[in-house]
Amino acid sequence: MSVPATAQKRGPMWNRLRLRERIRDRDTAIFGILFITAVVWPMATIYATDSTFLIAQAGHAGTYVLLAIGLNVVVGFAGLLDLGYAAFFAIGAYTYALFASNQLASSPLHHEFHMPFWLMLFVGMVVAAVCGAILGFPTLRLRGDYLAIVTLGFGEIVPQLFYNFDQWTGGINAIGNIDQPSLPYWITGPWAEAGITTIKLVPNFSFAYDPVAFYVLIVILVILAVILVRNLHSSRLGRAWMAIREDEVAAAAMGINTVTTKLLAFAIGASFSGFAGAYYGASFGIVSPDSFLFTVSITVLVMIVLGGMGNITGVIVGALAIYFVLNNLLPALPAQVESLADSVGLGSLNVQNGDWPGLAGETQRIAFLLYGLILVVMMLLRPQGLVPSRVREQELKHDAVLEEETAVEQAHA
Amino acid sequence: MALLEVTEINAHYGRIQALRNLSLKVDKGEIVALIGSNGAGKTTTLRTISGLMHPGQGTIKFDGHDITRTGPEKIVDLGICQSPEGRRLFARMTVMDNLMMGAYTRRDPAQIKVDVEHVFELFPRLKERRNQIAGTLSGGEQQMCAMGRALMAKPKLLMLDEPSLGLSPILCDTIFSIVGEINSAGTPVLLVEQNARRALEVAHRGYVIETGVIVQTGTGKELLESEEVQKAYLGM
Repeated sequence: MSVPATAQKRGPMWNRLRLRERIRDRDTAIFGILFITAVVWPMATIYATDSTFLIAQAGHAGTYVLLAIGLNVVVGFAGLLDLGYAAFFAIGAYTYALFASNQLASSPLHHEFHMPFWLMLFVGMVVAAVCGAILGFPTLRLRGDYLAIVTLGFGEIVPQLFYNFDQWTGGINAIGNIDQPSLPYWITGPWAEAGITTIKLVPNFSFAYDPVAFYVLIVILVILAVILVRNLHSSRLGRAWMAIREDEVAAAAMGINTVTTKLLAFAIGASFSGFAGAYYGASFGIVSPDSFLFTVSITVLVMIVLGGMGNITGVIVGALAIYFVLNNLLPALPAQVESLADSVGLGSLNVQNGDWPGLAGETQRIAFLLYGLILVVMMLLRPQGLVPSRVREQELKHDAVLEEETAVEQAHA
Repeated sequence: MALLEVTEINAHYGRIQALRNLSLKVDKGEIVALIGSNGAGKTTTLRTISGLMHPGQGTIKFDGHDITRTGPEKIVDLGICQSPEGRRLFARMTVMDNLMMGAYTRRDPAQIKVDVEHVFELFPRLKERRNQIAGTLSGGEQQMCAMGRALMAKPKLLMLDEPSLGLSPILCDTIFSIVGEINSAGTPVLLVEQNARRALEVAHRGYVIETGVIVQTGTGKELLESEEVQKAYLGM
């Protein structure tokens, strides 16, 4: 009888974790850094700024990370260009908002629902996935640009529906006062017979717009999503997605059912944004159609392209980077520029004069021009994305290698 | 009964008729060559057999099943696999991943591993390049990869669409001798080729197709010696 080699040579725990090898792997190393940062973030920022503002912001950034991870399944893995991704985000958010507020009391239904957040998190996910499948079913025989246009239309339609079905959704008035998630504090069980009916494990805890609680929640959700998507990526389904992305006809010739596979990509991608939507509804307590416009779809798309399409680590880095640029860098820029001008002796530029609104005002005016410039420059410097998948990297290197090879061959001839 | 029996099929692209009452068959253990010039309908025939398109009329029977209207994924399941025209590798996946995609419909991991080794025996180059991105292979290596990928499905019938396209004469020799090897290991092959001489040399039987119609059929040797074939395809 033979004993497996691994069982024979079991070194100490430390060796078995193969930490050194793992750190050497770039993606794992980045994951490690991100994870440690995520853990240290609340304490560090509270210590440094004495406010929870940065934690709230990180929580909001987390929604985008979740969205980017989901869109990456559709665009990065399966290669289906989806320009209406925000629609699924909206569907997730409205699913939670409608069933966890008093909104439906004023609707023709005359009853309000208060479903628990933890349940609605998954209901939102399922509803978004079903909507993804419904949209996908008639449209997925379209390819490339055509699919992009149809999804674009869908992304425009959904917020309009939420605007115009105002009897149900409140339309432009948005849905406010959305229930906050709370953790259950008791568990009943067989021990209940002993005269104790409930055991209090933790005191009742409501999130109550507490940014730290929401931050912890989003970190857990993102970690779950990453684990899920990583496994999907290396699964049979993941390989089928990639094959379809590379060559749909060849994929069909290999025995892949292309329609089902693409439909699954759409539904699974959508389910992540349903997830993110429910979280978003809860953490802001208000959901309005304005939050799910076309720009959201495009921002998320930019995040994954810029981060490194198809690579989960890259997508997360890209989401965080773009979020930072949009929400921290650009708003802070006018004041920064103003003080910079003061300190280098160009203070006169800060004075408003005729058409010139002052340097700060001007910076604010051209903020989105700068955003565009940043995107262009980033894409020029790193066309493969910030953290590209290894395949992309090899591909871009290949041209150089090929030239070298032909040179060598010619030399031999 | 023949393994593959195509009876009187018609196929259209829009209003253009690509195949007219085309019939052919492949028996177990055979290499059958389908030769013809550009646009004669060779690739259309393969596409129709593999279910990527369906004939307007006629029937296709494979291994006792009627597959005239069956979808491509079911046909792969039944045991027809092809190396498509222009190879159509998954360019951004590794050689190994490409081979594994060939085995997509199979659910016997242990046997798949054995078959990968078998493919590597047939194509030692692929073993050297197993972790390379398929799009970065040379033309000959890509053809090997495409054939290896088709073999990974463990087909009962292997269809090769222009395996010699764009390859140097030496590589052509290699590819055709491997086709012979694959066949002597028991897999029937339906070979579509423009390179009529090489194809007929290796094939047991052959069909000549012109504008969607089979104009001549016979053993490989007969066709090689036929005057019309010599004139039209062998340049003699």
